[in-house]
Parts: sequence; C-alpha cells; structure tokens
Amino acid sequence: MIDPIFLVEAAVNGVLLGGILALLALGLNLIFGVIDIVWIVYVDLVMVCMYAIYFAHVHGWPFWLAALGAVGLGALLGIAVHVLVISPILGSPPINQLLATGGLLFFIQSFATFLWTTDHRSVRFALPTFEVGGIFLPATRLIPFGISILAMLALYLFLTRTFAGTAIRAVAQDREAMALMGANPRRVYVTTSAVGGLMAGLAGALLVFQYSVHPFFGGQFGPLTFMICVLGGLGNMVGAFVASFIMSEIISIAGVLWSTEMGYVIAFVVFIVVMFIRPGGILARPE
Amino acid sequence: MTGIAAPDRRPAGPGTAPRALVAAAGAALLVLPLLLTGGLGQYALHVLIQIFVWAFIGQAWSLMGRFGLVSLGHGAFLGLGAYTDALLWNFFGLTPWLGAAAAVALTGVFAAVVAYPCSRFRVVGHYFALVTLAVGEVVRLLIIAERDWTGGSLGLTLRPARTDGLVALQFADKRVFYYGALALWAGGLWVWRRLDRSMARAAMEAIGEDETAAASVGIHVTRFKIGVTVLSATLTALGGVAYAQYITYVNPETLAGIGVSLRIVFAVVLGGMYALLGPTVGTALTIALSESLRIAFGLRFIGMAETIYGLLLVLFIIFLPAGIYGGLARLLARRPAAVAPAVQG
Repeated sequence: MIDPIFLVEAAVNGVLLGGILALLALGLNLIFGVIDIVWIVYVDLVMVCMYAIYFAHVHGWPFWLAALGAVGLGALLGIAVHVLVISPILGSPPINQLLATGGLLFFIQSFATFLWTTDHRSVRFALPTFEVGGIFLPATRLIPFGISILAMLALYLFLTRTFAGTAIRAVAQDREAMALMGANPRRVYVTTSAVGGLMAGLAGALLVFQYSVHPFFGGQFGPLTFMICVLGGLGNMVGAFVASFIMSEIISIAGVLWSTEMGYVIAFVVFIVVMFIRPGGILARPE
Repeated sequence: MTGIAAPDRRPAGPGTAPRALVAAAGAALLVLPLLLTGGLGQYALHVLIQIFVWAFIGQAWSLMGRFGLVSLGHGAFLGLGAYTDALLWNFFGLTPWLGAAAAVALTGVFAAVVAYPCSRFRVVGHYFALVTLAVGEVVRLLIIAERDWTGGSLGLTLRPARTDGLVALQFADKRVFYYGALALWAGGLWVWRRLDRSMARAAMEAIGEDETAAASVGIHVTRFKIGVTVLSATLTALGGVAYAQYITYVNPETLAGIGVSLRIVFAVVLGGMYALLGPTVGTALTIALSESLRIAFGLRFIGMAETIYGLLLVLFIIFLPAGIYGGLARLLARRPAAVAPAVQG
C-alpha cells in the first residue's frame, strides 16, 4: 500500500502542474474560441520560446529580460502563424486548417532538430525547496504556478475590461454578427493570435523552470493541451481552467499509483469518454 | 464539412485510363525487380517496398478521410496490427499468417468499439480528429507502459526464423517482399475501386455532407460509418503486419501515436485523397524526398529533409488543397481534349 503522504504530495504536484497546463490551454483556447482553429503547433511555439530563453541565458542575459524577450517573441510568432498560414485558408474546411498547422509542427520540430540537434538543454536555477508537513515544495514549481495564476487573472481582466478584449469575446460569440456591426474581424484575429502567442511565450518562460527543452518538447504537452481545450469546451475559458486541473490531478495521482504512461493513458481515456457523453465540454449542460 | 476539397464526383485515375495503359504499367512493375540487381538495385527495391506498404496504408486511411472522417489516430491501428503479429510470433511462434488474421480481428473489434460511440454521439469534424488522436496516443502509451513484454520504447525485434520461408514470412531476398508489397498495394486499389462503385460510396458521401439529411432519406448513418471505419482500420493493421514482417523490428514511436498518424495523413494530403492514385503519389513523393535529401546531405543536416517536407505540406494545403495528383487530375480534366486525351479514355 502506498503511504498516503505520497498521494497528498501527488495531489499537490497535480495542482502545481495544473496551473501551467491551464496557462497553455487558455492561450490555445483563446485562439480556438475566436478563430475556431486548433493550432496543433501551439506547444511547439512554446518550445521555440524556451530555446530563446535558453540561448539568451547562455549569453548572459538576466532571466527576467530573457523571459520578457520570449514573451515578445511568442507574440510575434503568433502573428506570423496567423498572417502567413491561417489567414490564406480561413475559408477552407476546418480539417485543412488543422492539417496546415500540423505541417507547421513538422516544420518547426525538424528545423529545431536541424539547428539545435536533439540534445536536451536546461536552464539551471539555484532555488530552495520548502517542506510543509512532509511534503516537498520546490520553488521551481511554486514560482511558475504563482506567475501563471497572475497571468490568467491578467488575461481575464484584459478580456473583460478592455475594448480589444471585449471585441475578442464578441467575435468568439458570433462571427457574422460582429462583421455586420462594422467591426473588423481581421484585426480581432491578429490581436487574438498575438495574445495567444504571448501566452505561449510566457508558458515557455515558466516551463523552463522545470523542464529541459528539446525539439520534440511539443509532443510532451501538445496532445494534452488540446484535449484540455476540447474537454473544457471550445472557447470556454472557465471550462479549460477546470479541465486543466482535472487532467493534471489524474496524471499526477495515477502516475504515483501506477506509472507515468498509465497516468496519461487514463487521462486520455477520460477525455475520450467525456467526448462521448458531453461533446460540448464538461461545463456544458447536457442536451 | 467535406474535408480537404470538394470531392471530385467523377472517378479519376486508371479507372478511366485505357486498359492497355494499366496493363503496361502493371507489367513494368512486375518485371522491375528482375532489372534491379546489385547493391543499388537492392536499395531501390527497399525504397519501392516502403512506398508500396505506406501507400497501401495511405489508401486505407483515405477510405475514411475522403468521406470527412479525418482520423489523426491511424497509428493506433497500425501499431495494434504490427504488435499483435510480432508478439504472437515471438512468444508463441504463431505463423504471421494467423498473426495477421488475429491482428485484423483485434483491430476490427477495436475500431468498432471506437467508431460506435463516435457515430452514435455524433463526434464529427475536428472533434473526431482529436478523439482519434487521443486513441492513437493511448495505444502508443500502452505499448510503452507494458514494457515487460512489448520492449517499451526500445521496440521489439522479430525473432529470426530457423529457415526462410512462407511459414515465418521471413525472406533474405528482397524481391519476395517486393512482390508481396505490390500485391498488397494492388489489393488496396481494388478495395478502393469496389467501394467507389458500391452503394456505400453514395451513402458515405451523403453522410459526409449532411448527416441529418442522409438519415432522413433512410441511410443507416451509424452502420455505414462503423463499416467504413472497420474496413479502413483492418487494412491499416494489415499494413502494420506487412511493415513488421519486412523491417522485422517494431517501435511504438514509428508505428503508433501522433507522429506516424500525422505522417500517414500528410502523405495522402500531399498526393490527394480523392484520386485513386493520390495516396500512392503522395507517399512516393514523401519517401523519395526524404531519401534523396538523406543521400544529398547525409548525416550532416539531420532534420533538413523533414523541414522541407513540413514546409511543402503547409504550402500544399494553402495552394493546392486537392493534392499534387488530385490537383493535376482536375486540371487535366478541365481541358481534356487539348492536354490529356489519355485521361479521358
């Protein structure tokens, strides 16, 4: 029998992981909700930002400046993906759009392999670990979690309190009506992609604390991230937030009870089953 | 949601090509291995075998894909097929013939179990794509998790048979595999044609365009969807068995999960999923591209081949959504008399 303390620790780690997953999922879900496209490539943009931080760090930049740079780079990448790949095929069937971002995933992964080889690279931080009631809480997990929660609050305020945010929410609700009201959906799309990319950059800066970066980093979090988005409900921010924690708890606890792979297997099976019972996401009312 | 591009209603490819042309092409493919001798010939055979096997898998995928059932999880069926075959042979010495039968049966049941709720609860479009993607990942992770007997991420080597032969389906001579792969590929084309000329095609097209409307005219939506999914999955499993027998090594990364699933889809999209020879052209192009880039750059530029490949894919989806072969066939069909009388037949 497993000591309950390990389960508690797993649950706490699940919460900390959930914070990061939520940040990833919210960025993707924002794009998902507004432009109605799954950016399969999303976590690979995060990977590029992580590389940027790593190399800035190697060149002696202070971490905060590198992180800031990564956030800016993320926003630029987001805009580039939208302008170069998505906007020419906005009218195509959704599956084409999905596949186009999938092609981009191949491109970025392979180009990263070409440029930086498959070596795992990590930024090492000398940060303390706290012990609370027998549970170890490393600062490398606590700090990203805290910043992630703050960033999500900021996103919430941006979406509800600013004009651009309101426009984004309006388009997410009804694309045609927005165009009729004289708003420019194109500008809203670019803004959304920039914000989504910015979140990817930030997520990259937070993931660097705990994970080493390599060209196939996207595979580690990619499938999970878009499953969280669908699980939470397309474009439903609260849903994605809740779904992140459900998935991270399943992965953490099942990971301790059985194995890491089984944790993911159970999480994915839960996703598949929920899709059958509640295609609209966990927070949708059953039809 | 109809998929990559509006489906071409007219059957394209050799379906309308003159019989003489088909016969000549067939004869050329049959004679080819006799001309390919020496080291370079062996290499050419190896590339051709890969093309036939993966084109067959691409054809199997397209059976669903062209009716709007875009699956990003065919790696699940591929892996299930290959591992069932490999494990039965390694642990029980079961001949791959029975192994293939078991693989097909198992994958068929598995596909039905996935397809039933998908069509029952109307999981379509990118929801379907993501559910299948999850299924593919589940199979990959299960193979890794059960490392005690699957070898985990290190993969599994097929136990060599005492003697070459039909029982073990292991041959030192690549030509045997060539003819086997050719037969498999031709069989795939035959299935495609059969489906194309059946009522199922009309039904599936109607379902792909509007499920409710299809159901209202009496089409049994669930039955057709499950049928075509099971067909596609079992053929994919067969492709997995063929691959395992030829390479004699199976690995979860190359046979299951999101990577290989996307690879199958991309080769098909590149060639064109609505044309009979589309998957073949796409597969041949991607394999030829990666092989030639590998030869050109060797080990110096690892990743360059895939980089170009990824870039091409994005450009294709933007500028030529019907694929190379599909787009070309359509272009020729538009000006039949002037450009290609042969296509008209």
